Amino acid sequence: MDELNLKEMIKSILNEMVNEVSPVINGSTTKTTVGTMQSTKPQEIEEGCIPDITEIDIRKQFLVPNPVDKEGYLKVKSYTPARLGLWRAGTRYMTEPSLRFRADHAAAQDAVFSYVSEDLTKELGFVEVDTECKDKDEYLTRPDLGRKFSNEAINTIKGAVKPNQKVQVIVGDGLSSAAVEANIKDILPSLQQGLKMFGLDFGQVVFIKHCRVPAMDSIGETTGADVVCLLIGERPGLVTSESMSAYIAYKPTIGMPEARRTVVSNIHRQGTPAVEAGAYIAEIIKKMLDNKASGLDLKEK
Amino acid sequence: MAETLLSVGIDIGTSTTQLILSELSMENMASVFTIPRVTITDKKVIFKSEIIFTPILQNNLIDSDAIKTFVEQQYKRAGITKSDIQTGAVIITGETVRKENAQTVAKALSGFAGDFVVATAGPDLESIIAGKGAGTYSYSESQHLVAANLDIGGGTTNLVVFNDGDIEDTACFDIGGRLIKVDTNEIIRYISPKVKEIIKREALDIHLNEKINLKELDKLLDIFIQVLENSIGLGKESPYFDLLITNKPLNTKLKIKCISFSGGVADGITKENLQNSFVYGDIGLLLGKKISSSLLMKAFKVIPTVETIRATVVGAGSHTTDISGSTITYKEDILPIKNIPILQLSKDDESANNYEDLGDIIQEKVKWFMVDGEVQIIGLGVEGVHSPSFQFIQGLAKEIIKGLDMLIRDKLPLVIIVKEDMAKALGNSLYAHLPKDYPFVCIDSIHVQNGDYIDIGKPIASGSVLPVVVKTLVFS
Repeated sequence: MDELNLKEMIKSILNEMVNEVSPVINGSTTKTTVGTMQSTKPQEIEEGCIPDITEIDIRKQFLVPNPVDKEGYLKVKSYTPARLGLWRAGTRYMTEPSLRFRADHAAAQDAVFSYVSEDLTKELGFVEVDTECKDKDEYLTRPDLGRKFSNEAINTIKGAVKPNQKVQVIVGDGLSSAAVEANIKDILPSLQQGLKMFGLDFGQVVFIKHCRVPAMDSIGETTGADVVCLLIGERPGLVTSESMSAYIAYKPTIGMPEARRTVVSNIHRQGTPAVEAGAYIAEIIKKMLDNKASGLDLKEK
Repeated sequence: MAETLLSVGIDIGTSTTQLILSELSMENMASVFTIPRVTITDKKVIFKSEIIFTPILQNNLIDSDAIKTFVEQQYKRAGITKSDIQTGAVIITGETVRKENAQTVAKALSGFAGDFVVATAGPDLESIIAGKGAGTYSYSESQHLVAANLDIGGGTTNLVVFNDGDIEDTACFDIGGRLIKVDTNEIIRYISPKVKEIIKREALDIHLNEKINLKELDKLLDIFIQVLENSIGLGKESPYFDLLITNKPLNTKLKIKCISFSGGVADGITKENLQNSFVYGDIGLLLGKKISSSLLMKAFKVIPTVETIRATVVGAGSHTTDISGSTITYKEDILPIKNIPILQLSKDDESANNYEDLGDIIQEKVKWFMVDGEVQIIGLGVEGVHSPSFQFIQGLAKEIIKGLDMLIRDKLPLVIIVKEDMAKALGNSLYAHLPKDYPFVCIDSIHVQNGDYIDIGKPIASGSVLPVVVKTLVFS
């Protein structure tokens, strides 16, 4: 009997909750929650759209009431993307910064779990291969597989690129597909133009799905290229989900020390602009070819 | 790993001439995983010359041979040779800035003092340099406030207002310690023209070749003090305010919080008891004394300066050289280049609507810089955009090349100065579209304005950056 009573109770509570929530679901915005609940016509759909909170520049957002030195605080804020001066409600964030935090976090997660659009890789004429990871979950939990290729993939690469080139450029989704989509169209032509200044070029670009950085070592061995340059999405954070890195190595080999990689990181809108990074990477590649070294070995020269 | 740059500063003022050597340290402040960001991390004065009276010839021209000898001696004393000097500036200040003077000395010293030592002059620049040398600039930056420096020298008082590390405004007045000179018997031997006028209008009993009358002098000093107070927005306006303006008064609306004093007269402000008021043969000490009891000391917080009489020379040696961004494009063989006038495009010129006409706009403006129907090298200042697309850069490069076509036909090197971080990509695009091996420099992170002149030195920090000196209104 007790159990039955309990079931009834839960059922009624659930019913109440659903009824209370339903107008909101049918309504359009959270802002109008109270209004729609009282409204006699809960089915009505409002026109207009919610402002995109991610369009607010956090460096300029300042919510402290009655600040002693607003200008000074804003100056400090202009140097950092940190969430400063956003005030509080009791001991918590206020609604807007709190929503923003969740929006940025969601963007970061999306960047990890989404894939680079096939239209883009096609448009840019990339040859696409996959590492041994089956899906994103395996990619995230098995870093060792993200650097390995099946024989089939190796053959695809061998069939597509010229062997023993001076420069082989590869693109990997890494931990942010958003980074690849945001930067690749600007960085590649800039890199190419930079290389041309030195009489260099790169041929067929290979795109690697589920890519970890050491995948470039395997590409190095497979293609016999002098320099391999991997453009890969960086682990996204709350500041940006569109940050890309370039890992560049002279004749990389599987199992080589990490110190042999040269890295250019933070390529994104608020960091190093993609075009400027491309131009700079061209110079690094030229230096590597001249010195036959990369990473720390190149620094010591 | 810091790399150092030896910089010289030479100040040729109305009354004194001096030289300092300064060591600028540069370091890559970016992490190894990002694009280098080389910045000047330290500035240290390592040698100070004695202060000599500026050698003036009979006809009121600077004796450039005597200056040369002085520089030579000081280099010897410091144990360096001309070839050790990598950068620096000669500044000709105060009343000595007359066209014929400035240009002769600049010519005599420019190459002589070091390959990349640039000559500069002009009251605005002098004000800024003195304010930087005095330490007021750093104070305003570190304390985030509005601070003014008054550099009171022999012939002029140079004012500068800094707002949180930005240069806000400058001004210059013909007030200084050596507008009246006396000999050891306190007989007046010189009165400057503007002071003569005041004496006449006020009917003061101050006359050439007569013993100085302290009571009458006091009346004159009161006028100077009133104008100095006026210059920074204090007190009732003096009838001589306009007369004593050298080029322009302050126009800033900002409220000045702190004030500092540099220049030779500043030393007089702090002197407790004057044994002999005319020990330097001028009215500087008495003027300083007057300032110490003026409104200037009460209306603002007075901040101590790092340098007084040496503020300008330290500013010239330590604070004129800047360095470009670290991702740039250049052809080394055209460096160094000096005295390049700036043609800065306006925001309107670069706006999206005009974008396709940018080449024509530049062509039109290049004509402003024609001398006797001939084009000369100009530095094209471009704002650029933040994080541009590759397409944009390509387009911009083409428009620039189109705009500078007249220079290209004369085979003159191109100098492009971009504000946003995009000079390497833009440089590469220029390279791709210019005739093969065409000489050009494309740098960023340097802020220039119309009317500025720029000097660009040979690469430093293993070729990653170029030293740059931006001069505001040379010989204007």
